[in-house]
Amino acid sequence: MLEGHDPARPRLLSLLLRDPVTAVAVGIVALALCAAVAAPLLAPHDPAAQQLEHAFSPPSERFPLGADHLGRDMLSRLLYGGRATLFSAGLVLALTIAVAVVVGLSAGYYGGWVDACLMRLADLLLAFPSLLLAVAIAGTLGPNLLNVVLALAVVGWAGYARILRGMVMSCRQEEYVQAAVALGAPPRRIMGRHILCNTIGPMIVLASLDVGAIILGIAGLNFLGLGMQPPGAEWGAMLHAAQPHLQTDPQLLLVPGTAIFVAVLSFNLVGDALRDALDPTSTD
Amino acid sequence: MVTYTARRFVSLVGVMLGISAVSFTLTALAPGDPAYSLLHLQQPGTEPSAEAVGALRAELGLNDPAPVRYLRWLGGAVLGDLGVSYRSGQPVAAEIAARMPATLILAGTSLAVGLGVGMPFGVFAAVRPRSWWDAVSRVLALLGASVPTYLLGLLLILVFAARLKLLPAFGSGTARHLILPTAALAAGITAQIMRLTRASMLETLRQPFVRTASVKGLSATRVTVWHGLRNAALPVVTATGLASGHLLGGAVMVETIFSREGVGKYAVDAIFVRDYPVIQGAVLYTALVFVVANFAVDLLYHWIDPRLRHA
Repeated sequence: MLEGHDPARPRLLSLLLRDPVTAVAVGIVALALCAAVAAPLLAPHDPAAQQLEHAFSPPSERFPLGADHLGRDMLSRLLYGGRATLFSAGLVLALTIAVAVVVGLSAGYYGGWVDACLMRLADLLLAFPSLLLAVAIAGTLGPNLLNVVLALAVVGWAGYARILRGMVMSCRQEEYVQAAVALGAPPRRIMGRHILCNTIGPMIVLASLDVGAIILGIAGLNFLGLGMQPPGAEWGAMLHAAQPHLQTDPQLLLVPGTAIFVAVLSFNLVGDALRDALDPTSTD
Repeated sequence: MVTYTARRFVSLVGVMLGISAVSFTLTALAPGDPAYSLLHLQQPGTEPSAEAVGALRAELGLNDPAPVRYLRWLGGAVLGDLGVSYRSGQPVAAEIAARMPATLILAGTSLAVGLGVGMPFGVFAAVRPRSWWDAVSRVLALLGASVPTYLLGLLLILVFAARLKLLPAFGSGTARHLILPTAALAAGITAQIMRLTRASMLETLRQPFVRTASVKGLSATRVTVWHGLRNAALPVVTATGLASGHLLGGAVMVETIFSREGVGKYAVDAIFVRDYPVIQGAVLYTALVFVVANFAVDLLYHWIDPRLRHA
């Protein structure tokens, strides 16, 4: 279980940085997040500004990663695209955990018909191929980035809620929770203060394992054309735009493709390392 | 076994009803009036009159309360009537039925590759833990989990179709058309199955009965495969059921990239013309395939593992 005390934090970080591969992954994740936040400061050009006379131009001093089919600077688009992709991934994660916490806590704490209804709903969502359902929801709501985020959150919360519910149910039996009940603490206080504080740590570790998959989902829905609409930049949407020029100008594909791949790989490595560091018993 | 099957079947029907309700609710998310959309699609460019929209609403029964519409839709869906595509005017159920084989073949070949490659590689990695082979399989598994299906698909087209001109990139029909889409779709689950087999195999090889088998003088192959793999395969069987969901979802991407006329591409194409009955029907049918696949896996699991039968 995660310790809430401060001394645990530096130990965790040093644990993560001990393995060189993980250290590189942590560095890439940090770099990607900084670049996403600072995209407006770092980007040399307006990501939407078209300079048609420079269309498909190779990397140069002016366009460090070349220009796309409309003569837009690829580096600027990559930076802004990462901002869109990573910010929406963060939003999906936050929404997913928020819904899972509310559902998991209520189901695990109250039990009975509340539990039965909420868990049947969760089972139902888990009965769908999640990507297909997300595509259908985002597509039906209409193509834009917020709908992609909503769709992924709708299909994503169920798994977490079920795990949290299990943890809440076992936590309920703990003596300190029984003690809080005996002292007459209101349910909200018991759930928030005594149960949630002791279950949210493992939840966050679990979620960190999922960040890579969420990025894949966001870029995937955007790749299908369901998310960010032109001229906005997003990594998956950049792949979508590069598709017609696959044969002649593969660099348009390789730039955002590499970004997605490296980001997902790094997040997966960090997630794995975090799990190994916090749960030494896991073998895989 | 019979009672178990019967009980699982009842819950299967329950889940199917739930799935139908979710699929039906999807259309409620759609912005705008379906009658308006339909008229707009049938006569592009003209603005449908309020009377025409009202008449069509009444004709389609859109003014009835939602539960009534759901039951009517469900009644049709049970009999294989999912309404008519806004775009083509053809029955959705027939259009899906024509495309489902392409999707199932792609998912099937990908699953076969996933199991056929992932399981032996996972076993090799588990038999020699911490060897270079284990390290390679670990890297491959990580790459497989991190490379997006759609990126892999595009790269495969770029290398094998555009540059080397070895394989066709688009369309379907021959076995050669299947190779690249299968490779793109199978990568992720192959990695998953490989890691799972390795973990499960490591666990099993530590068990006392495996030691007994080797002490008894059985050959290493027999111990690994007969005593080890047969037991280690159980979690892999469960994962296969879940993997079928990944495959059916991933088919959306792969079919779109490789222009394969399957259910996934059908659904995506429908999204951009707001052909809601098609989206609804594609989601419903694909989810049903997924649920039935998991039902089959559950029964298989009970058949493979006698311990569960007596539980």
